[in-house]
Amino acid sequence: MLEAILVMSLGAVVLGAALGYAAVKFRVEGDPLVEKIDAILPQTQCGQCSYPGCKPYATAIARGEAEINQCPPGGEEGIRKLADLLGREFKPLSAEHGVEKPKAVAVIDEQTCIGCTLCIQACPVDAIVGAAKQMHTIIADQCTGCELCLPPCPVDCITMEVLHETVDTWKWKYPVFPLHPAQVQS
Amino acid sequence: MIRQPQQQLFRFNGGVTPEYHKDQSTRVPIGVPPAPTELVIPLHQSIGGTPRPIVSVGERVLCGQRIGEADGDVSAAVHASTSGTVVAIEMRQLPHPSGLSSLCVVLQADGHNDWIACSAFDYEQATAQEIRDYLRDSGVVGLGGAVFPSHLKLNAGHQIGIDTLIINGAECEPYITCDDMLMRERATEIVRGVALMRRVLNAKAVCIGIEDNKPQAIAAMQTAVSESKEDFAVTTVPTRYPAGGAKQLIRVITGIEVPHGRRSVEYGVQCFNVATALAIYQAIALGRPLISRIVTVAGNVSNARNFEVLIGTLMKDIVALCDPLADTDRVIMGGPMMGVELASQDVPVVKATNCILLGSQKIFPPAPPEMPCIRCGECAIACPADLQPLELYWFARAKLFGKAQEYHLFDCIECGCCSYVCPSNIPLVDYYRFAKSEIWAREKEKALADEARERFEFRQFRDEREEHEKVARLAARAAAAAEAKAQSAADLAAASAGGDSGGDDATKALIAAALERARQQGGEIAPKNTGHVSAEQLAEIAQIESRRAEIREQAKPQLPPDS
Repeated sequence: MLEAILVMSLGAVVLGAALGYAAVKFRVEGDPLVEKIDAILPQTQCGQCSYPGCKPYATAIARGEAEINQCPPGGEEGIRKLADLLGREFKPLSAEHGVEKPKAVAVIDEQTCIGCTLCIQACPVDAIVGAAKQMHTIIADQCTGCELCLPPCPVDCITMEVLHETVDTWKWKYPVFPLHPAQVQS
Repeated sequence: MIRQPQQQLFRFNGGVTPEYHKDQSTRVPIGVPPAPTELVIPLHQSIGGTPRPIVSVGERVLCGQRIGEADGDVSAAVHASTSGTVVAIEMRQLPHPSGLSSLCVVLQADGHNDWIACSAFDYEQATAQEIRDYLRDSGVVGLGGAVFPSHLKLNAGHQIGIDTLIINGAECEPYITCDDMLMRERATEIVRGVALMRRVLNAKAVCIGIEDNKPQAIAAMQTAVSESKEDFAVTTVPTRYPAGGAKQLIRVITGIEVPHGRRSVEYGVQCFNVATALAIYQAIALGRPLISRIVTVAGNVSNARNFEVLIGTLMKDIVALCDPLADTDRVIMGGPMMGVELASQDVPVVKATNCILLGSQKIFPPAPPEMPCIRCGECAIACPADLQPLELYWFARAKLFGKAQEYHLFDCIECGCCSYVCPSNIPLVDYYRFAKSEIWAREKEKALADEARERFEFRQFRDEREEHEKVARLAARAAAAAEAKAQSAADLAAASAGGDSGGDDATKALIAAALERARQQGGEIAPKNTGHVSAEQLAEIAQIESRRAEIREQAKPQLPPDS
């Protein structure tokens, strides 16, 4: 009897020590789920989800505070990926957060720009270069198309231009076959 | 003629033996089409960055003059194919399956064909970097079809050291005979080019691999090699599609199977096309950049032939020389196995154009409807890259791109053997092409998203840092102000103790005078918009004013005694 108790308690002590050690040794910094969700989000940093950036939205999803269908740039595919990752039900994109648009970049009309720097302050990814009273311009490669620079512009010189397909971005299409209705002999 | 002993050959798995139709276009020598009047030279012709135009509209250019400058290392320059005037730099349709346009230099030929001053490049005195830059600026790219810039391959080989240099004259694809005719007619120049490449690469052995269905090319190359006194081996490889694939030819000749994700150069083998060898000869020994290539016109034409075509010549002009048949309904760039169907013939010949194949319902009947995959495994037997095409098909079809990559989708050379043997008529290669371009697009998107995330996080970090700095600055200023106050209080105490306060008194007098002035002015100012108001309103205003004055009087004692 005593032996059994001793053996069991020894086992408990050893396992407890091992678990305690593992908890210290293999401690995970940060929340890996947030990172995974953030990797799916498109990093547009547009704030259409009502959170100030993709990471805060990812954190909110991980905590269960936000729905997965609040990201218009991620679109339906993004929602499907999030649903897969989190084991939640797919939901169509929530209309109050916006609609899915083709990828676009902001373009500054350099003739109209007065050099007020307001758009530079608004850009979440520092993709606008310029200085006070100097013309500004957008680095197209780094523009995420978040549209955050549009409202602050006092002279409305920023427009969004949809990115058209080029030879470099063209993709082979999914093979499909035209179906012809069978000719019925009369 | 010295017959070299045939070395031991190996074989690759799979492959098919389609009908070759090569005799169609080998009956007559390489032709020279009439000089075109207008050339459309696309800037983007090789793998890598799009060259930047360095000429302007209206400028006269000479034949061989550089018109597009290589954009970075993975890129190759583009040259004017004849002398003339640049009439436009604009978007024109490319010979690309998408039918999309890209930036092209449009040249109006003047018919003189004046060359730039050409001089041989002294490669023996040049460093590896100089040779690389020279070939890049000569626009030399792989002419086998992949258009990979040759300077990169030569440079990689130069750095690692090469045991065997393989020259690819296999040309396994049906209908295409441009390399065959080139070897028949220009063997001496090819061999000189190979000798140059060998010296640049410092290769121990050289092997020229030619499929055994080209006896005339083999004989011509053997003669040229024996005349040149070089110890190159001319190896006859069995005709089996796709023996002309770089990895397949390397395997047949050396027995080396280049594993997944590795390059042949890591195993001491580098492979170049025969036409590339000629281009390198012309660039180094003659100083002439790549401005033309041999193009086979075959298929649904009555006079199939090879032509030496200036880059930028419109395909329809070349096709017209071969009398296309009336029932021609499509144009394919490349061969029937790997070629891509073009939207029109109104596109220029580019460095990648090895063949213009015309099709009709008769010679290329439409594919029968696709039926379900029955997992018969024929495709796996035929695959020369030792892949499992049926698995790749399921993954590509289901858009499981991660799984497709696990099954080494990117080792697929798109040779088309699997589609060729499929009893269910599944266009397997179309699925792989779809999956590959989708994966590339996603990777690009991912890289951009990662960059955006990094920039966003850096911006947040910077905002935070600036906030901290501001707080620190304000705190420092407040501390300094407090200290100054304490100091001045101490000074005041010291001064009053010393009985000398002349400076302070003077300041106080100035402030008092200023306040007095302000008070007087305030009294003088009368509202100017009261002319049209009624007496009642004036009385009301007076009442409010008196109330305000009262409040002001009451507030006075609360002000510091100084003012």
